[in-house]
Amino acid sequence: MHNRVVVTGIGVAAPNGTGIPAFTAALKAGVSGIRYDQQLADLRFSCQIAGKPDIPESLQLQYLDPLELRNFNSNGILYGLVAGIDAWKDAGLPVAPGAAPDWDSGTVFGAGSAGVDKLREAIYKVDALEVRRLGSTVVPQTMASGISAWLGGKLGLGNMVTTNSSACTTGAESVLMAFERIRSGQAKRMLAGSTSDSGPYIWGGFDGLKVCTFRHNDNPTAGSRPMSVSASGFVPGSGAGALLLESLESAQERGARIYAEILGGNINSGGQRGDGTMTAPNSEAVQRCIRTALQHAGVRAEEIDAINGHLTATGKDALEVENWSIALQRKGKDFPYLNALKGLVGHCLSGSGSIELVAAVIQLYEGFLFPNINCEDLHPDIEAIADPQKIPQRLLYKDLNLIAKASFGFGDVNACVVIKKYKQA
Amino acid sequence: MDKETLIAQLKEIIKPYAKNEEALANIDENTDFINDLKINSANLVDVILDVEEKFNIVIDNESMERMLNVKSAIEIIEAKLAQG
Repeated sequence: MHNRVVVTGIGVAAPNGTGIPAFTAALKAGVSGIRYDQQLADLRFSCQIAGKPDIPESLQLQYLDPLELRNFNSNGILYGLVAGIDAWKDAGLPVAPGAAPDWDSGTVFGAGSAGVDKLREAIYKVDALEVRRLGSTVVPQTMASGISAWLGGKLGLGNMVTTNSSACTTGAESVLMAFERIRSGQAKRMLAGSTSDSGPYIWGGFDGLKVCTFRHNDNPTAGSRPMSVSASGFVPGSGAGALLLESLESAQERGARIYAEILGGNINSGGQRGDGTMTAPNSEAVQRCIRTALQHAGVRAEEIDAINGHLTATGKDALEVENWSIALQRKGKDFPYLNALKGLVGHCLSGSGSIELVAAVIQLYEGFLFPNINCEDLHPDIEAIADPQKIPQRLLYKDLNLIAKASFGFGDVNACVVIKKYKQA
Repeated sequence: MDKETLIAQLKEIIKPYAKNEEALANIDENTDFINDLKINSANLVDVILDVEEKFNIVIDNESMERMLNVKSAIEIIEAKLAQG
């Protein structure tokens, strides 16, 4: 007997909106969070535009006390705390310092790396023979599991508290890992999500790989162009998304608002065989991941109303759409609606999957497709597969029942999650 | 430097780390950092670094281990200042 798993809380720190109301408004209005970044320009990056959540100190103080903010220099942890604590509170759960651990609640909160700015600070001190002056703050801000550890302490989580990491698949993977834990009865509630640091030391490697666009430094909001024929690389982003997953039974007992139901999904890898490499996906694995996710969720391909894609604005978008088409055996006017969040926020790396899943949950709950911006020049290879009407460029209110969301990451790893609108019985 | 001035300066340093404000207000020689002030044990190293900076001294590892209350902190600071 498996538990059904529902979403009862959401939180987000995204480049185009921090907090669910601001993010939802930005989604609907198609507001881009991409800005010119002077620091990247000063450091001679090719790509000088980026997406960062705006979290002023007054807002930081709602999540961290003044002592915790002393020598705090790990923006990924900050984003994760904002999203995670918001999701917890949104679910109507208590934050009670001093209370006993909540043995039934845990977290799987992913990260690609942790506290690179803090780590840089520490490395400079160590090399200057000042290791004794590092103080107490380096380890909690730079350990890979930093974000889950901070959340665990803030919320008093007494179940599994861990951080997963699988590049840009991290967020979708965290949701599926948390889902499994509730489904199998090992936890009643799991805070699922992921975060990514911002800044030159996290983005530099991608700039060096030449996978970021350098053509839009003078027009930032037009820079992230998923599905466009003029797409020329992704725009680096950052931030965090969080979903409070809960067994249906627990949610009903608490009388909690239910946003959506997680039906299932799949995680796999192409093994870096065939056309798969460290940086490129094996299409066979992608198609298999999507098909297996549908089977696991118990839904048929023709039932999918919308896809929330990975769609990064590199040269691989058309291949992704083709893989969806082959996996679902649908094309043209029969192709599901398609949304690419990265047009609005850039590629938030390890944070991307969870921010996009938060968007998908909002879309199901409120019933809309957000505008796909910057693809007015839709790639002809994509147009040949999906009818352009299925790729709305304006806000479209539409009752949606099922959304499939996939994320793909370096290491040839894939994850696909199937989410359903929740209808009161 | 007399003891009262030292304690007052120590109090300023400790303030951000002390979770028990009442104990901080009544700080004296017998105050224990962890048991009375409820300073997180991991923060003791930060207190020591702040003390080093304030008094421009270097506190060795052995002294650090002992620096768990106001009394030992004052002894250590006075000794280091005397070494000047």
